[in-house]
Amino acid sequence: MEIAASNAGTVGRMLAGFFDWFGQIGMFCGRLVRAAVQPPYEWRELLRQCDAIGSLSLPLVALAGAATGVVLSMETRDSLSRFGAKTMLPAVIVFSVLKESGPIITGLVVSGRVGAGIGAELGSMKVTEQVDAMEASGVDPFRFLVATRVLACILMLPLLTLAADFFGVLMGWVANNLQEPISIRYFFQSGFKNVDFSDFLPSTLKTAVYGLIIGTVACFEGMRTQGGTEGVGRSTTRSVVLASLFVILADVLLVRLILAFF
Amino acid sequence: MESTSREVPVAVENLSKAFGAQKVLNGVSLQVAGGETVAVLGRSGTGKSVLLKLLIGLQAPDSGSVHIHGKDIATLDSRQLNELRRRIGFLFQQAALYDSLTVEENVAFPLHRYSSEPASRQKEKVQELLRSVGMGEQGHKMPSQISGGMQKRVGLARALVLDPDILLFDEPTAGLDPITAGEIDDLIVELREKRKLTAIVVTHDIHGAKTFADRLVLLREGKIVAEGSFADLQKNRDRFVQQFVGSTV
Repeated sequence: MEIAASNAGTVGRMLAGFFDWFGQIGMFCGRLVRAAVQPPYEWRELLRQCDAIGSLSLPLVALAGAATGVVLSMETRDSLSRFGAKTMLPAVIVFSVLKESGPIITGLVVSGRVGAGIGAELGSMKVTEQVDAMEASGVDPFRFLVATRVLACILMLPLLTLAADFFGVLMGWVANNLQEPISIRYFFQSGFKNVDFSDFLPSTLKTAVYGLIIGTVACFEGMRTQGGTEGVGRSTTRSVVLASLFVILADVLLVRLILAFF
Repeated sequence: MESTSREVPVAVENLSKAFGAQKVLNGVSLQVAGGETVAVLGRSGTGKSVLLKLLIGLQAPDSGSVHIHGKDIATLDSRQLNELRRRIGFLFQQAALYDSLTVEENVAFPLHRYSSEPASRQKEKVQELLRSVGMGEQGHKMPSQISGGMQKRVGLARALVLDPDILLFDEPTAGLDPITAGEIDDLIVELREKRKLTAIVVTHDIHGAKTFADRLVLLREGKIVAEGSFADLQKNRDRFVQQFVGSTV
């Protein structure tokens, strides 16, 4: 009886924590929207963040995209050969990379690299009173620190996805070419023959939503850091785990919406 | 109350603040006249730093009011509050310099946003301020490359860059060796003489407070237990006050 009551208490606390988290992030988003739309705008910091999030993530995203292309090529080649559909390989690689692999790989790589970076940076600033110092000098930290990072994530994710797509398809061809020589021209012509904008644009632009999720979750966790360096560690971990989880969940929803509307 | 607040830059009335079950401030009232330097003393955890954060609106009180230049800060919207904050300089306990910016950029950070002066004049002003706190040659360094005492000096330069008329110091000499602490105390005295600023200094260091403060306020368990000049506090018969005043004399 006591164990059951204790379990009920634990479940109750977890549920309360769950709803509390969503309530708090809801209020955080409200403040974020106000900070993002009201002037003055922090253009210079936005550009700096675009550089930090975009160009510094590019090598990692390109590498992850390339690896995905190689793996897709090797695995799919084997499967298609069994069904005598080897000629479909370029199209399968292109469709897989453009519609799903490129966007989700980009989302997860950026969740890890940028989510951890933002969570740790803002968390450190919070526990060392740098955020308070900014507020005390009359600069809104939501405008300078949060809005710029979230906007940079939204803007950079689709661009990084293009890079992942490009390297994925390119390395798909390279891996294919190593096993059975095929001209790059034929590979691309065959692969892109049936691709239209409705295959490419929605799946690329959906990553802007991933950017919104990654930026918001990481900034939220960073800005509510408490408890010194241990707290910074916790915020960093939570930023990465929650951003990755919500990116995957958002993907399920977005794929359903894209299939319904395009 | 409103009319009284207009006459003094800082007026705090019956301020209380608790964190969970712990009540750190319990009905504190304090008025600081223009040009006056007040030292707030007390043991660790008696709400001294919280008092400063309440004054600048970084935290909200549970009850009571804070009037800065006659304005009740609880009634201000975020834009008005930010405008008011630009008239207040704040030196944080650990200086709180921005890690990603150089010393010079740290000092220039608020100036770039709120000064209408040309860039060359802003740069000059930053250099002047850094020289005035003895950091003229260190502008290109990152905060991690300078000592704790130097960071406090840079923090002080940053607090002064918008020409505030109120300065708040949170433990300006905490964690510093006696010589560096003495230098920081001298800087506070110099500021008081030259700029005629209204200042509130939270400190443990009664020896330093004796040199720079016009008035000392002693907090215990979230309440003011003694107030006056150093000589007034020496005459106070309360055992806690005697222990505190006698500790470093």
